[in-house]
Amino acid sequence: MLRYILKRLLSLVISLAVASLVIFFVIEIAPGDPATFMLGINSQPDTIAALRAELGLDVPQWQRYLNWVGGLLTGDFGTSYTYRTPVAQMISERLWVSLPLAIYALTLSTLIAFPTGIYAASRRGKAGDTAVMGATQLGVAIPNFWFAMMLVLLFAINLRWFSAGGFVGWDKGLGAGLWSLTLPAISLALPQAAILSRVMRSALLDVLGEDFMRTARAKGLTRKQALWRHGLRNAMIPVLTIIGLQFSFLLAGAIIIEQVFYLPGLGRLVFQSINARDLIVVESVVMLLVFTVIMVNFAVDLAYALVDPRLRSRT
Amino acid sequence: MSRNLIIGGLLTALVLLAALLSFVWTPYAHTAMDIPQKLQPPNGTHWLGTDHFGRDILSLIMVGARTSIAVAFVAVGVGMLIGVPLGLWAAARNGGWIDELIMRGNDLVFAFPSLVIAILITAIFGAGAINAIIAIGIFNIPVFARVTRGGALPILAREFIMAARVSGKGDARIAFEHVLGNVANLLIVQATIQFSLGILAEAALSYVGLGAQPPTPSWGRMLADAQTLVSIAPHMALIPGCAIIITVLGLNLLGDGLRDRLDPKLRVSRV
Repeated sequence: MLRYILKRLLSLVISLAVASLVIFFVIEIAPGDPATFMLGINSQPDTIAALRAELGLDVPQWQRYLNWVGGLLTGDFGTSYTYRTPVAQMISERLWVSLPLAIYALTLSTLIAFPTGIYAASRRGKAGDTAVMGATQLGVAIPNFWFAMMLVLLFAINLRWFSAGGFVGWDKGLGAGLWSLTLPAISLALPQAAILSRVMRSALLDVLGEDFMRTARAKGLTRKQALWRHGLRNAMIPVLTIIGLQFSFLLAGAIIIEQVFYLPGLGRLVFQSINARDLIVVESVVMLLVFTVIMVNFAVDLAYALVDPRLRSRT
Repeated sequence: MSRNLIIGGLLTALVLLAALLSFVWTPYAHTAMDIPQKLQPPNGTHWLGTDHFGRDILSLIMVGARTSIAVAFVAVGVGMLIGVPLGLWAAARNGGWIDELIMRGNDLVFAFPSLVIAILITAIFGAGAINAIIAIGIFNIPVFARVTRGGALPILAREFIMAARVSGKGDARIAFEHVLGNVANLLIVQATIQFSLGILAEAALSYVGLGAQPPTPSWGRMLADAQTLVSIAPHMALIPGCAIIITVLGLNLLGDGLRDRLDPKLRVSRV
């Protein structure tokens, strides 16, 4: 087991190193010098040179890369070109919106997906199963930003239950904050719930065919008891993997939904930074997102190995 | 034939036909503005209504279908053209360092937030259909590499591969002459799914203004135009949304139907 963990840890470190190289150099080769961009096309060369020096853009690329990575390792994400504030501070402010939104959406999606997935699996091939599966097909096909617009039309413009956009801030209280994140969370949760429900169903169906389920029935458990006591537990591995991946997706995937609802989240920060050529912010946020995904994958791999010893021999 | 295959096939055919028909006929010219007739709900003269410039929405939807299909289709092509050979190569070197390199590279691309990177690429290299294709296509590469490798591994262990090897064929010839045909079914199914994801991605990119540029109509851009007018002209948002849903739903059902029909593993388990 220790050998396995060490091996995975090594591959984790290599992945992160390669990811940081790719992110830095892909973004750095992009056309558009931040200093020129900020000062406009009519600016004087010496003004541009001065700003480049001030932003630390005048040193060689490899040295900037080392500075950036060194900073990341010590928690210093650099300073935003446009806002002149520490990137770490900007990210943590935005996380106060994005993280609760991601958790909210994931909770909603799980609350929808579990009962529907379990129901569909238990009614396999019957009308209930067909109805749930049809609904999930529709859920996957609906673009979430369009769904968001429809929610705004219905619940914000016609019924006036919610505001059409913006975030009131957590200082107005937990309830008010959650309330203003409700429509965005629903729009994000719908396609996720559809996917998760399908995964739940197929994972359960796989487990229901296993020998230990027959044993459970043979020792006298009813179908329902066997499903709840043995089926669900064993079906949770693929389901948890998807939930983990969806969480990291939701952190960044909200980029368009945040745009629809004018939410000051991480996605909108990236979007604005890309448009303002605030490269250091883009690099750091993308690195953070990639880091999250790689860590989630690592945790899932370890969890698998703990649950299923056979996996340890494979890499 | 399964129900999925029929419904999916019909929906997909409907969208394809609309797109093809738009080359020779649309109810109105999609660029023709008619301001006095603007924001009309669906009626007898404009079947799906008009937009804020008085343009006929049905015509825009038909021409917009071309954009969506072209972008998603070429993006799938890009993914297959690079991903399939990579997958075959990795399978041929199963367990070797090439395999390891390709598969770890795959994992790495999967770890990147695709939508953010797509926005980054299109924002920096310029908004437009070509860059949208590249941005979507990049994330199709690891998908096809993985599917191809997974499908090719069991085939490579079969006896007819050994026979081909004995007869003196090299890895590349074996891959293309014997393996590719046997994983084609898998690839077709995956291509259908990636196609539908491509339609959604193209819509999202156009929605934030980074897809095809005006005057080329695109469904995502129509939705962006509709956003501020949604309270007075909801049909402007409803109709492009439905077009996207019909296309994606059709392709997904088609993919499911094809998988049931083509995937030998599933066929055996069903018997």
